[in-house]
Amino acid sequence: MTASRGLRLALALALGLAAVAAAVAVSCALGPQPISFRAALGGVDPDAAILLGLRLPRALLAALVGAALAAAGTALQALLRNPLAEPFVLGVSGGAALGGSLVLVASAGLAALLGPVGQVLGSAPPVAAGAIAGAAASTVLVFGLGRIGGRLVPEAALLVGIVFNAFAAGVITLVKMLVPPEQASRLLYWLLGAVGYESAGTIALGGALIALSVGALVVLSARLNLLTLGDEEAASLGLDVRRARAWIFFAASAATGAAVALAGMVGFVGLIVPHLVRRLVGPDHRLLVPASALFGAAFLTLADALARLAFLPLGTEPPVGAVTAFLGGPFFLWLLRRSARPGPEAAP
Amino acid sequence: MTAPATGPADPIVEVRGVTHRYGARAALAGVSFQARGGELVGLLGPNGAGKSTLVRLVAGLAAPAEGAVRLAGLDPARAPRRAVARICALVPQEPRVTWPFTVRETVMMGRAPHQGLLALPTLLDRGAVQGALEACDLVALADRRLDALSGGERRRVFFARALAQEPRVLLLDEPTAFLDLGHQVAAMRLAQLAARGGLCVVAVLHDLNLAAAACDRLVVLSRGRVVAEGPPDPVLTEERVREVWEVPVWRGRNEASGAPVVLPALPPAPGRG
Repeated sequence: MTASRGLRLALALALGLAAVAAAVAVSCALGPQPISFRAALGGVDPDAAILLGLRLPRALLAALVGAALAAAGTALQALLRNPLAEPFVLGVSGGAALGGSLVLVASAGLAALLGPVGQVLGSAPPVAAGAIAGAAASTVLVFGLGRIGGRLVPEAALLVGIVFNAFAAGVITLVKMLVPPEQASRLLYWLLGAVGYESAGTIALGGALIALSVGALVVLSARLNLLTLGDEEAASLGLDVRRARAWIFFAASAATGAAVALAGMVGFVGLIVPHLVRRLVGPDHRLLVPASALFGAAFLTLADALARLAFLPLGTEPPVGAVTAFLGGPFFLWLLRRSARPGPEAAP
Repeated sequence: MTAPATGPADPIVEVRGVTHRYGARAALAGVSFQARGGELVGLLGPNGAGKSTLVRLVAGLAAPAEGAVRLAGLDPARAPRRAVARICALVPQEPRVTWPFTVRETVMMGRAPHQGLLALPTLLDRGAVQGALEACDLVALADRRLDALSGGERRRVFFARALAQEPRVLLLDEPTAFLDLGHQVAAMRLAQLAARGGLCVVAVLHDLNLAAAACDRLVVLSRGRVVAEGPPDPVLTEERVREVWEVPVWRGRNEASGAPVVLPALPPAPGRG
């Protein structure tokens, strides 16, 4: 068992890496304009421009966002001890969107007054910082209000998250009316959950942030195992529960905030992926967190390719958040019905 | 953090004049008791007497409002959790299973206070887990998932996890609750074996006869105070049981073992003359 753990870890990671590579390759290969990889890598335009300038950055962006959301979902499920937890459902993405929107609006306001200072505030790093702050604040809020009589009640936390999402959406709607029309439509498309074409600098910054926060969750994964037992049991096994939880909150919020800053509100990735990966590698978070991150990357890359290509004949392109919501909504309901039975995953 | 050296006869668990409140209600009022390595101590008392509160204080899960708790010289509510967990293991009353770990994975979590950040198991950890599985007769179930076990089997898994922790103090919160007679006896047998192995075992118990038969010493709590302490025979007198539990009882003796036996003296059902 313990001897085979290393083997399972190696196998799961190899499979995950292969899935990411395949998904990125597929996403790069497909598009309205057929390209040749050989020509593109040989530097022949337009193939090289399409591959390196458009498709590869977009596929990498989708992979980063997917990895962040799946890892954050895995961590939130352990903290809530419930398989229905997920950054989008728990309102963490909503908080991040609200934080990012407020920074954007502030930048629009300041740009009118101060010019360049406002422009700087509207650039990627401050918006990402606002999204992370919003994610962290909503995580603390949801887990704080989800406590009844000192005990964390998963159903209460999920309800708080859903209500907070509606609240955040309302505030964002107000915000949209306060900004100039062109910025409002930019905000709208961002929040819908679209993987767009970002600059290399933005991808690098987001990538570093996501790598850091997912790496932190991997390091904290043995603690996640203990936290699934409940606070008092984890404490009696030697865990400083408050400190461990604070670190996990922070890492999951940073991952979610960075993902939202890059791609807006993409829902249900953190629900679908950890659930399927748990069936593959089991409940141990030391395997589950890294494997979920890899399969999350592959999943969102493919979902984005689907979003790009499925509606091509109609000349339109829905945001990837629409695709994940289309898959994730029914999946959430199915899990909800199943988890009403004793034990979140009692079925074999 | 090293605990001050204590001799074999020194108490490992020391509770001195402890008072604890939940809001305005006093759960414990001036409670003192001690327990040593190698003894099985039963904590008895009616519901609400403060037994579970006392166990939580000894485990360091809460700090007393007044008085002091010491575990091998450490203050369990203030010392680092890891240091406390190396001295004291707690088997919860109703182990909940929310995540489908296997038996072996669960027992391995008992090694957490001895392990590093990623909890990679050493040979020592594996040996401790194997020993705990054998002691609790769980070897055949080691790779089964927790949610596929019966209530009695699960209870043994959590007991094994506490043994794998290699503590000096073992706290059992109602180890026989919701178990049938056979499993109750098996649970008390494990507690006795742990005490014979040198551990200081403190068990919250509701069954007076099981406590009288298995424990070396009893501590009776009533309304947050210790009202009796000592070997089962002098502690469980007819008068005391009647006063503390507020029911009339018949008090006798097990002819074979000499242990006291207490049975409720039910009045005849109304309407049957």
